Amino acid sequence: MITDTISHLKKEYDVVVVGGGPAGMAAALGARQAGADRILIADREKEAGGILLQCIHPGFGLQHFKEELTGPEYAQRFLEQVLETDIDIVSDAYILDISADKQVKLMSGSQGVHVLSTKAAVLAMGARERTRGAIRTPGTRASGVLTAGLAQKFVNMIGYLPGYRAVILGSGDIGLIMARRLTLEGVEVAGVFEIMPHANGLNRNIVQCLHDFDIPLHLSTTVADIHGRDRVEKVTVAPVDENFTPNLEQSWDIPCDTLLLSIGLIPENELSRQLKLQIDPVTSGPVVNSMMETSMDGVFACGNVVHIHDLVDFVSQEAFLAGSNAGAYVTEQRPPGDNIRLIPGENVRYCVPHTISTDREHTVYMRVKRPMEQSVLRLGDVYEKKLRFVLPAEMVNLKVRPRFLENFHGDTLRVDVVPFED
Amino acid sequence: MVYDVAIIGGGVIGCTIARELMRYPIRAVLLEKESEVGFGTSKANSGIIHGGHHGSPNTLKGKLEWLGNQMWDTICDELGFGFKRIGELTVALAQEQLPTLEKLKQQGEEKGVPGLEMWDQERLLREEPRLNPDAIAGLYAPTTGVINPYEACFALIENACLNGLELVTDSLVQDIDQTDDIWTIKTNRGEFPTRFIINAAGLWADRIAQMAGVQPFTIRPRKGEEYILDKRLMGLVKRVIFPCPTPVSKGILVIPTYDGTIMVGPTAEMVDDKEDLTTSVAGGQTVFQMVRQVVPGISPRDCIAEFAGLRAVTETEDFIIGPTDKKGFINVAGIQSPGLTAAPAIAEMVGDILRDEGLPLQPKDDFVPSIPKPIHFVSLSTDEQIALTQENHHYGRIVCRCELITEGEILDSIHRGARTLDGIKFRSRAGMGRCQGGFCTGRCMELLSQELDQPLAQITKRGGDTWIVREREEVAK
Repeated sequence: MITDTISHLKKEYDVVVVGGGPAGMAAALGARQAGADRILIADREKEAGGILLQCIHPGFGLQHFKEELTGPEYAQRFLEQVLETDIDIVSDAYILDISADKQVKLMSGSQGVHVLSTKAAVLAMGARERTRGAIRTPGTRASGVLTAGLAQKFVNMIGYLPGYRAVILGSGDIGLIMARRLTLEGVEVAGVFEIMPHANGLNRNIVQCLHDFDIPLHLSTTVADIHGRDRVEKVTVAPVDENFTPNLEQSWDIPCDTLLLSIGLIPENELSRQLKLQIDPVTSGPVVNSMMETSMDGVFACGNVVHIHDLVDFVSQEAFLAGSNAGAYVTEQRPPGDNIRLIPGENVRYCVPHTISTDREHTVYMRVKRPMEQSVLRLGDVYEKKLRFVLPAEMVNLKVRPRFLENFHGDTLRVDVVPFED
Repeated sequence: MVYDVAIIGGGVIGCTIARELMRYPIRAVLLEKESEVGFGTSKANSGIIHGGHHGSPNTLKGKLEWLGNQMWDTICDELGFGFKRIGELTVALAQEQLPTLEKLKQQGEEKGVPGLEMWDQERLLREEPRLNPDAIAGLYAPTTGVINPYEACFALIENACLNGLELVTDSLVQDIDQTDDIWTIKTNRGEFPTRFIINAAGLWADRIAQMAGVQPFTIRPRKGEEYILDKRLMGLVKRVIFPCPTPVSKGILVIPTYDGTIMVGPTAEMVDDKEDLTTSVAGGQTVFQMVRQVVPGISPRDCIAEFAGLRAVTETEDFIIGPTDKKGFINVAGIQSPGLTAAPAIAEMVGDILRDEGLPLQPKDDFVPSIPKPIHFVSLSTDEQIALTQENHHYGRIVCRCELITEGEILDSIHRGARTLDGIKFRSRAGMGRCQGGFCTGRCMELLSQELDQPLAQITKRGGDTWIVREREEVAK
């Protein structure tokens, strides 16, 4: 088991990376490659790897490594690369604060509280799950209502099961993965209920985790009530109308002792808020430029802190970019700044990064608001690309090449996903 | 062994009485049916120390409200839990509400509540700029404060036990007999003979009185739903905000809690079931619709948790405190709002009743009024944090990320009596933040399991059948 790679923290760092998950590790490697010297990764858990360590299912790395890995395997690949360098890792550690003059206040079980200085920082704290409070599900406060990720931690890392018979609310990927995982562990899964008319997880997970195990998925349906004094005894589920109001006349009860919530992730931005970074209300993550730099000079961000990704491969790619720009920042080799702002238009919820520049290539990530078949993605009137279908659950990415922008002289570009017309 | 006093019920009333009685050299026991004290009505409470002017001086609750209000500073000082007199504003949105404010002010002044001021619109909106700009006036009361009622219960009982109280949790009273002058309380954890019984059983006080065969009364539950908002809204309002009260209700409040969250509620709905702690769609709609009239910036989107509590209401809507037709059985029942505020005054009153009923109470010399103040890591200075983590590495490890609670604080909670996840949560705040335990539940369970030497599958949310995980069954051999 890899814990700390250091016995003593240095007083000064070039780059401090907050978080040792896939984003943090890729960012540290990016910073190293760009020439940063003293790099520190601080991770909250006892081992680096982040949430990947509890994701023991396969399906990771198809894009990045061109082979199918489990979460821990994917994390291990990155960890080994980090260990070949002299990047410091401090685990079991928490960054309490980063001041405007880049004094970092760090605490850890092994090192106590330290204040160190850094030239740049990369925020890679990941995300957290939305909870019952966020959707205000009525009913009792019975035990047995928990997020799918916490259930995953119980099953895969602590070695206990969350109950005997479960209902899953929300079709997020963790919920789908847990539907299969619990079935394999002998916990009965009564069904997955999704309030939206479309699933919120990857299509491959709908097929591999639900269809292959005969677990029903009920769209436009939600949990309308939770019953049970001590432990959950049953839930009431009901179809919803177009305003998402449950139709109680068509409701039915499902006996169960467990309700797993897979109702979405929220970027973990405690620290970003403390630093008063500009936050995008749509992504709930910091606004970033094409260097993944936030509104605070020398503070970069990447991974689920910026926006929720559906594939870790894209996290690594984005994080490597953030890290190499943090490295370029400290070695004073930054590329020119951005000169074009991206505006999410028709059927586009958001774009990351928020700005780009005309002198280099960018990958722009975006999500659509609703499913659409035979669509076309338009970047202003400079570029368009046909997409066979788009789904809210599957991130769309677009390579923006400098040649698209050769004859463009504006300062904003609208991104639209519209029906294809012959 | 015969006890001098047995207190039935470990809510804030039972705990305050227990602590008060331990000033005297008596043998006392407190019987609580839940796994920890404060797990009933007290846990689901607004946490307001009411200003003193709301209750009519013609009622027992009106009298004890102002008396109790003045006693909380000392208690909080001695027991080291948080209390802030943040003041309150009762806001009028229409001309016809002004006489009610005037009447409240006059009533408070007659009771001796200091500092009541009528603020005009300009002053009101200058002091609380997030109020509805159409608000026309407000009654300001500086004496109103906020505490965490569960913290009060834990601290009071810890101090009472330090001074010799015997606490028996998970003990449900099954029957009560009287032979000569000795009462016997039968519970699932044995029999407790005692000379005096204090019936502080909250919602179940009528049932306890019935078992003892004293003159009957009825407790009906009145449900209140409360909604807790994200800390993002910290500072939205500085004071407790009341709408203008109606003859039946104080209305739905905006409460800046001691910890810096905003809580909105409660509803007030008579229910039949004394265990009905459900929240409802209608309750949430009522709460948000009503608070938005006074503070329009509040949105249901910011809700991180919701809960319901039950007030114990009698036919007279007043407290029932006093001896009964059977010697040695004393009721402290029907303690609805402002029961938390009145609790210390109720405890003193119970002492006087016991004295009148023949229990000699002479203060003992070795009463210890305080307990060690819990450490709250994030509020320490950096130097203090460095020194603390060098001394005890458990304080260097964050377990709850949302509220920044360290392992040291969680271990301290367990050493002070937490037996359940809720016990940890309400003592240390671990799991109370915006992720609601998504990250820290596993670790808190492991710490409980280790410190209590219990398997993980026996750890509960709040006792009883509230288990959290189960063992994996043996796979086919």
